[in-house]
Amino acid sequence: MWRYVLRRLLQAVPVFIGTTLLIYALVFALPGDPIQALAGDKPVPENVLNTLRDRYNLNDPLLVQYGKYMWGLFQGDLGENYDGQKVSEMLGGRWGVTAQLALTAWAFELVLGIALGVWAGLRRGRVADTLVLGGTTLLIAVPVFVLGYTAQIVFGLNLKWFPSAGADDGWPLSYLLPGMVLGSLGLSYVARLTRTSLAENLRADYVRTAHAKGLGRARVVGRHALRNSLIPVVTYLGVDFGSLMGGAIVTEGIFNLPGIGQQVFQSIQLKEGPVVVGAVTLLVLIFLLVNLVVDLLYGWLDPRIRYE
Amino acid sequence: MRRAVTRPACARTECEEEHDQAQGRGPEGPRGRGGFDRTAAGFAATLLAVSVGAAACGGGGKSGDGTFTAGHPEPEHLTPGRSTSSYSFDVMSGLYDNLVGLTKDGKTYELAAQSLESKDQKVWTIKLRPGMKFHNGEPVTAGSFADSWNNAAYGPNAYGANDYFSHFKGYDELNPEDEDAKPKTDKLSGVEVVDDTTLKVTLNDPFNQFPQLLTYPAFGPLPKAAFKDLKAFDEHPIGNGPYQMSGNWERNKQVKLVAFPGYAGPRKPKNKGVTWKSYSSADTAYTDLRAGRIDVLQTIPAAKVAEAKRLLGDRFLPREMGTMDYLGFPMFDKRFENADLRRAISMAIDRQGINKAVYNGDYIPADSLLPKIIEGHRPNACGELCTFNPTKAKQLYDKAGGFKGTLELYFSNAQPTYYAWMQIVANSLKQNLGIKDVQFRQVPASDYFSMLTKREEKGPYRQNWEADYPSAQNYLENLWESGANRMGWKSKEFDDLIARANRMPDPKAALQVYNQAEDVAIREMPMAPLWTWAGQGGRSDRVSNVTITAYATGLLANEVTVK
Repeated sequence: MWRYVLRRLLQAVPVFIGTTLLIYALVFALPGDPIQALAGDKPVPENVLNTLRDRYNLNDPLLVQYGKYMWGLFQGDLGENYDGQKVSEMLGGRWGVTAQLALTAWAFELVLGIALGVWAGLRRGRVADTLVLGGTTLLIAVPVFVLGYTAQIVFGLNLKWFPSAGADDGWPLSYLLPGMVLGSLGLSYVARLTRTSLAENLRADYVRTAHAKGLGRARVVGRHALRNSLIPVVTYLGVDFGSLMGGAIVTEGIFNLPGIGQQVFQSIQLKEGPVVVGAVTLLVLIFLLVNLVVDLLYGWLDPRIRYE
Repeated sequence: MRRAVTRPACARTECEEEHDQAQGRGPEGPRGRGGFDRTAAGFAATLLAVSVGAAACGGGGKSGDGTFTAGHPEPEHLTPGRSTSSYSFDVMSGLYDNLVGLTKDGKTYELAAQSLESKDQKVWTIKLRPGMKFHNGEPVTAGSFADSWNNAAYGPNAYGANDYFSHFKGYDELNPEDEDAKPKTDKLSGVEVVDDTTLKVTLNDPFNQFPQLLTYPAFGPLPKAAFKDLKAFDEHPIGNGPYQMSGNWERNKQVKLVAFPGYAGPRKPKNKGVTWKSYSSADTAYTDLRAGRIDVLQTIPAAKVAEAKRLLGDRFLPREMGTMDYLGFPMFDKRFENADLRRAISMAIDRQGINKAVYNGDYIPADSLLPKIIEGHRPNACGELCTFNPTKAKQLYDKAGGFKGTLELYFSNAQPTYYAWMQIVANSLKQNLGIKDVQFRQVPASDYFSMLTKREEKGPYRQNWEADYPSAQNYLENLWESGANRMGWKSKEFDDLIARANRMPDPKAALQVYNQAEDVAIREMPMAPLWTWAGQGGRSDRVSNVTITAYATGLLANEVTVK
């Protein structure tokens, strides 16, 4: 198994280089002059513009810029944005926010999603099943910003159950409502995957066998059917954790949480290559790592799977 | 303390009531028999219970400590001269006392200065108010201002407000034309420290608006302590203003200011402090104002204004602004050479109609090149040239020989409203003047200004101006003067009038000459004025005496009283 892990980690190296170059090139290709954009409509003398362009290597061709960036990266320097702030400092304070938000959303998906899925799966075709299917369809259909603003106005503003926005109240209070909004889409998929998968497996031969040998219902469902049904769910949860980390742009905006998504969004608008590449690269690394963990989990869920 | 004071502490019974309600409303659905149902419902209930209990009572926000919170987008920098962002100015105007300040009505008064004198409007002698201190106890001297200005004007520092120092003698030596040349000196030769309380400033040209210029937040002072580490200083600035930092600037979260006990100037705060909270979404800031999590919001998003008027009642704070929109004509393009064509286009724009259709009728249609709040604005100075008159417009258009080819209209994608009003303009030009082919050129906001600077536009474009300081000169010279304007308009008559007015010692007499220059620009119409913006803010019921000025100084934080 360790050889497998090592091989997967080595595979991450070309992925890492490929993504950084690709993202750097994409940001490079964006229209507009990032230095002029900093000043807005006010006049900026040419010598100031040139000083800044020189300082941030903006007069170099793409590959030279990228080379200088990577050279800095190997020395542990993530670079600066065009405003003189260190990228590591800019992102440092934000990772905590995004991680807390993503984990809250993820826990919400995991616990409530699987619970709803099992509930519906055990009652296929009955009222509970219809309710879960209908409810999750609705959640999938409603765009996240509609859900976010509605939840904010209803639960934050009118009912005052949660703070309406901001991270001031810390975890868990500030993160519950945004976490639920962010996790609602994933929740729906997890519930549906669990439900279908479980309902299928409950009719499988090995479940009938388990019943026949006199095992209790809880043990048959919990140890046999459910565990086997979770493989597609775990795959989904793994992939989704990555997108929760990077895809919280809308939710972070609505709930004013200073996380990575917000930063990436702002930096793309300002064409700040080093910031976008720094943030996205770390997201890619997290994504790769989580997927590795997911692959290792398969073996625990289904002992037939072996790693070589 | 983690939380700012926004939410009044609630009584125990209220919390319990809300708690019960919450459990009743939990998304449990119909209960079944199996164990899993209980898990799901139980989890949901626990989640809600935890959050409700804590949301309603927890957090420990202390009300009544005399401070208030205001929401705005994240500032860029807090060092004088380093940024021209108005969100930086929100905070900086509390941290620093410039030599000259602005009243609510845009009049200048001596703030850190005791007197400003000049015989020829070129050499200025400034006496400082004695006994002023920085927040760290350092005395405020003439050198504090000189150091700060030299720092901001020094080209290689590449500070955002660098250009504002171009009036000073010696600016060119600090900003050599050749970009690779290192300046030989790092001091403005026009700024001379005579003694601890006297500063002598020499300008390149006589400039009677100099006291106005000094109100701009980039002209604040810096203590000696700042120069040990300017980067660290930006995170924890030390000024001479009515407020000092409480802790460091928490990037993307907030800047917490508390009243400076050693402050002896004229802006003594009537509250104990102000916390500027950062918002990336204007909608969210507005929601937080409604939820009582912030006390002052200077800008309510346009789409929420109607609702805010209704919901906030007398806590809705409308104000006139000094920001104006214009339609510039690219006069370097021969097709726009004829003044009658430009006049015809100006007269074919229904300013009042657009104001009603796009801006709820809140904006002020332009009747002059200057906004109403600026001294020197004359009602109806523009006359019929700014009045919608399709018949007269068509006559002028025909007299000018019409327009051949495609008329392209340029604007940025920063706001959806730009496209909305450009469409109305285009329709009017088609219907009333008979220009057949009108096209829209919506340019990415980050590209828009460099496009105008390089003069790459091929048709009328949206121009916007927000005053740096409330003076007719600031609008006229920056937007129309031959060396500064974007239209490529060259008028010696206009330039001479501005230069003459800048030299005049008597402000009243100078204003008349600025107005003469304005008349030239109206007559030739190289750029048509459209409308002045209106600002809409709001406050919570915890605060009163909230005044938001139309100038770079923004909210007068020291005037706000807290319940």
